[in-house]
Amino acid sequence: MTKKILAVDDSRTMRGLLEQALRSAGFDVELAEDGIDGLDKLGPANPDLVITDINMPRLDGFGVIEEIRKQDRYRALPILVLTTESGSDLKDRARRAGATGWVVKPFDEAKLVAAISRIVA
Amino acid sequence: MSDLRDSFFQECDDLMEVLNDGLTALDEGDCDPETINAMFRSVHSIKGGAGAFGLDALVGFSHAMENLLDDVRSGAVTPNAQVTSLLFVASDHLSDLIDHDREGTTADMSRAEAILNDLRNLSTAPAPAAPGELSAEEQEAAAAFQPLVLDLGLDLGPDIGADPGADPDPALTPAPTPGPHPGLDADLPDLGPFRDDGAARPMVITFSASEDLYRTGNDPALLFRALKALGDLTVTADDSQLPPLAELDAATSYLTWRLQLDPAEGVTPDTVEGVFEFVDGICTYDISDAPPVICEPPAAASPDAQPPAAAQPAPDTPAAPPPAADGPASSGASSSRSSASSRSTIRVELHKVDRLINLVGELVIGEAMLRQSMSEQGLTSHGEVDVAMGQLRQLSGFLQESVMTIRAQPVRGLFHRISRIAREAGREAGKSLKLVTVGEATELDKTVTERLTEPLTHMVRNAVDHGLERPENRIEAGKPERGTITLSAAHRSGRVLITLSDDGGGIDRARVRRVAEEKGLISPDDDLSDSDIDNLLFLPGFSTNAEVSKLSGRGVGMDVVRSEINALGGRVSLQSQPGEGTTVTISLPLTLAVLEGMIVTVAGETMVVPTSALRETFRTDEAAIHDFGADARVLAVHDGYVPIVDLGAALGFREEPDTITRQSLLLIENETGERTALIVDAIQGQHEVVIKGLEQNYHQVPGIAAATILGDGNIALIVDTDQLMSSQPPVTRAVADKPAEVPFRSAQACPAQ
Repeated sequence: MTKKILAVDDSRTMRGLLEQALRSAGFDVELAEDGIDGLDKLGPANPDLVITDINMPRLDGFGVIEEIRKQDRYRALPILVLTTESGSDLKDRARRAGATGWVVKPFDEAKLVAAISRIVA
Repeated sequence: MSDLRDSFFQECDDLMEVLNDGLTALDEGDCDPETINAMFRSVHSIKGGAGAFGLDALVGFSHAMENLLDDVRSGAVTPNAQVTSLLFVASDHLSDLIDHDREGTTADMSRAEAILNDLRNLSTAPAPAAPGELSAEEQEAAAAFQPLVLDLGLDLGPDIGADPGADPDPALTPAPTPGPHPGLDADLPDLGPFRDDGAARPMVITFSASEDLYRTGNDPALLFRALKALGDLTVTADDSQLPPLAELDAATSYLTWRLQLDPAEGVTPDTVEGVFEFVDGICTYDISDAPPVICEPPAAASPDAQPPAAAQPAPDTPAAPPPAADGPASSGASSSRSSASSRSTIRVELHKVDRLINLVGELVIGEAMLRQSMSEQGLTSHGEVDVAMGQLRQLSGFLQESVMTIRAQPVRGLFHRISRIAREAGREAGKSLKLVTVGEATELDKTVTERLTEPLTHMVRNAVDHGLERPENRIEAGKPERGTITLSAAHRSGRVLITLSDDGGGIDRARVRRVAEEKGLISPDDDLSDSDIDNLLFLPGFSTNAEVSKLSGRGVGMDVVRSEINALGGRVSLQSQPGEGTTVTISLPLTLAVLEGMIVTVAGETMVVPTSALRETFRTDEAAIHDFGADARVLAVHDGYVPIVDLGAALGFREEPDTITRQSLLLIENETGERTALIVDAIQGQHEVVIKGLEQNYHQVPGIAAATILGDGNIALIVDTDQLMSSQPPVTRAVADKPAEVPFRSAQACPAQ
């Protein structure tokens, strides 16, 4: 069964890169443009994994994660944050919000896909 | 990838716009957190995309900018004038870097260095290890496609460990030297099978989870899966802490695991550590070298330990694994390459568009010719033919309009370029200024937009250099210390008006007049209106600045601006109020290809007068014409008098007629509202004509803008009304006379006014 990834990023370029990487690896991809859009699409898309940017208008990545974790059915949903920062501060914040892990931008397509495959395979 | 790259640069344009809008707001004292957030996000997104495409310089620069914006966002740095000004400079440079990367050229990094230093000095972020070098983080980000090792311990199906060897995970980052690891735990009862042919040494990992590990969607089973990808793995769970079911707290983790990993070649302890990256701090784990035990049989599984297959999610896992997580994802080898990535734009070579526009132009001519010959043969009186012709005409009109919009571009990019030139000029001149843009979405032909850059650059430098007063003089005059320059674009009756105004001191007319007299452009007894004096600035070689200023004096004057604009089929005019400022108005055709014109006959010639300049038509025998002086006539209109010029005489077709009866007068007006009435012999009608330039095939003719082919196949010349009205006298008097003579406007100052 094809796995579905919900990718949330306000940058068109980043959405394009994620979509290309994930689609060519055989995932279904749903894209969202910001945190609110991401939460709106979460239910209908029912993804196997969420990958979200941190800095976004309307609702940032931390907010997205917190909102997702508030719902019981998504307590075990893997959520990765996309960040250009490798500093531990952001990671700690993401983790406190309930993030499963992080991907440092720029990401290597093959490794991103390999890692996600391992999670949702 | 190149599509994505294009799309990245397109996005950069949008992001730069957000950034610049934010900066303008910030500059005006608007410190709305969302404005600053939006700016931060823009730069952040540029950095993110730049990293993906390996644009290191852009990554480094946007990173430094981002740091400062982050400080502004958090309140650590107050966005005062210094900060705002630096951000403007940095934004301009960022825009440069983007352009260079887009074109694949190299940016001037010497400038970047200074700006980077300023950015770092202002921001509270730690300075990079070596000045001028990228920070460690930047280097990391810049080391394209070398991200952190990504190993995720995540939720997964119940089949972990049940299908050994089927995991398609590739070996992770190979590294050269596996080293010994301290903290050897020599006393482990259950060692799995041991191969001694691998280069890496076996490791023993003990691991237990915390509640947070589950709360974040992590799962021990995922870690085990990741480890399994690194070599042969044997997992044993220690459930000795597991309480009886009745006492079991679902949210608590009771299990400890022991894992024996026989790493594949090239796997280092660091690689193994990497697996625990996401769970570091929310679990306890220890990695140590396995003792060099000669372990015979795999029969090891001691009675009290669970077999490896028991590495399924622990019974106390509060997060139930999602159902049906089986079936390997077809990682890597998929063919479904972005079927959904629809694109809303396509790229077309400009010459193809131009060819289309030319063809549509020819079609319009063809349609006009057809219509004319049909009417000559009396065919149009037939109802059906008439209707069909009407439809054809309408459709070709729509077609033409649609084709023109292909070439149309918003003036936004141009305005941003000019804004930044204004800011740079302000800095150089030591004048503080605010730039306001209006109507950035107004669309204009691409070629026109491009060719406007130079004249506008010159104009805006003039405005900063000559227009705006020095700050101290402004305060003295009771004005805000900071000058305002407004750049606006708008559609007006089929043309685009671009105005550049400043709130400076206005034109010093006494000085302009004096200089013009000194240069012999006018004589001291010439009677000139204010507007006439202002227009002297457009005369070739005029410059009031004794010493050539660094800014505007680059050997070009407003005369070059005017001729550039004229070459685009546009007109430029200037209005000034002493003490209040100056406005330069450029009026441009929407397109360079067609023109709505009044077809007239003059001295046996067919001419076209652009309707954009036309205000009214009169019959000479019905109009109120008055003699003015010995050899001039004026037309009385409801609000004054307008000089009358015979078009035939002005173009050299005939002598000025003594009497004007049974002729027509075309009242034309330029952008500043100056009017002239042209005498023509007859008006044939109004048509859209396709402009055929004369300059390429012949040369520029004074008073003539271009030529066209009419419906009957004949060629007609298109009158340059602006030139006819300008201080440059028409052909008959053009023989290097006194170019500054302003015959028409003098007439406007007639006694009746």
